[in-house]
Amino acid sequence: MFDFLDGYDLLGAFWVTVKLTVFSALGSLIWGTLLAGMRVSPVPLMRGFATAYVNVVRNIPLTVIIMFASLGLYSTLGIALGSTDIKGINFRLAVLAFVVYTASFVCEAIRSGINTVPVGQAEAARALGLSFTQVLRLIVLPQAFRSVVNPLSNVLIALTKNTTVASAIGVAEASYLMKEMIENEAQLLLISGVFALGFVILTLPTGLILGWVAKKVAVKR
Amino acid sequence: MSGVSVTKGAEDAAPAPGGDLVVLSNVNKHFGALHVLQDIDLTIARGEVVVVIGPSGSGKSTLCRTINRLETIDTGAITIDGKPLPAEGKELARLRADVGMVFQSFNLFAHKTVLENVMLGQLKVRKTDKKAAEDKARSLLDRVGVGTQADKYPSQLSGGQQQRVAIARALAMDPKVMLFDEPTSALDPEMINEVLEVMQQLAREGMTMVVVTHEMGFARSAANRVVFMADGKIVEEATPDQFFSNPRSDRAKDFLSKILHH
Repeated sequence: MFDFLDGYDLLGAFWVTVKLTVFSALGSLIWGTLLAGMRVSPVPLMRGFATAYVNVVRNIPLTVIIMFASLGLYSTLGIALGSTDIKGINFRLAVLAFVVYTASFVCEAIRSGINTVPVGQAEAARALGLSFTQVLRLIVLPQAFRSVVNPLSNVLIALTKNTTVASAIGVAEASYLMKEMIENEAQLLLISGVFALGFVILTLPTGLILGWVAKKVAVKR
Repeated sequence: MSGVSVTKGAEDAAPAPGGDLVVLSNVNKHFGALHVLQDIDLTIARGEVVVVIGPSGSGKSTLCRTINRLETIDTGAITIDGKPLPAEGKELARLRADVGMVFQSFNLFAHKTVLENVMLGQLKVRKTDKKAAEDKARSLLDRVGVGTQADKYPSQLSGGQQQRVAIARALAMDPKVMLFDEPTSALDPEMINEVLEVMQQLAREGMTMVVVTHEMGFARSAANRVVFMADGKIVEEATPDQFFSNPRSDRAKDFLSKILHH
């Protein structure tokens, strides 16, 4: 019954999806945290930049961002992100686009976490003589992260599924293979079912594990 | 009213000589339309224990918080050890390290153990090495009577224990002056004394202290001077004996009649 899978590298395609997800998740976590730091910073310029960034980027469709990365950055400006073959270039452009886009959601999740940290925590830290970045790094962000594990796992699950947009610029991830198989094979529902299952297998443990982590690291007050 | 029985020894009665440590001159602050601090002049000498009392909303907490610039002021000047309070930045952080602060709501770092709370400032601000910081933290925790709780998290401690840890955390920075912003107001009655006793001990050891409190027993026994505030002004300054037995202003008489007779 599953003969139609013969000759297709299903695991290889999902492996590309996993790689896209992992690189994009790491990048957007770092960039999103920096943005969140800027959004609460006392420097008006940083605050303004981060606020503008989030409000612009999260309202642009991901497809537009990823097309811009491919057509704008690469085709027009020739930015290849240090790769020479077209597969590598497209992969990196896709990761860049996902980081740019997802970071705006990560930023907002972390900012909501920062708002759950009582103001007295930061005051006590400032009263000890810690600098703004130390207060943020040592006191506020560690507590903020613990309260946003669940919202962040939502962002991560959304990112996993959003990686299918990379097929628009020819990155051979899972949905790219799905389109190819749907063109060539007759079992349309089965093919869709297999890929849907594949994504559930990727995202379900993410939600379960991070849900457990969220309980484990919650700050007791 | 707490029943703190420790009375001030004769040697502690007079402020230790050594000059002025904290000077507020002509300080004004508004919260919107509310003029919360009005022309405040206050000088605190080295080794002196000043207790600030007054009705709610009189500006006494705000006054306390301006001294390490957790609240900014609109006009006037504040100097600590001869240096004016700098604007936000590295200079201010350095100055804050020399001013210990104890809050009404303890504000222990919830994600760190008691020991880590007391070590943090030493490690990150004073750049003490880890071994020395831990030794000092443990001896301070012993001194305030919570040495056995060192590896617990703040939420596992009672309010009184948390507040004593907060005092130890402030002391770990070797502050020149300690600010107490209603340190016992959030505590269950039976825990107030354990905190006041630690503060009494500090006062006896010659620490310069500014204490905003409703504990008249503490004011009587530990203060060198009582500052009475109402409606954003310092209404009266006197020794505790003078203030409690013979208040001069009507506002203070009214305040004392309300709290002392029930």
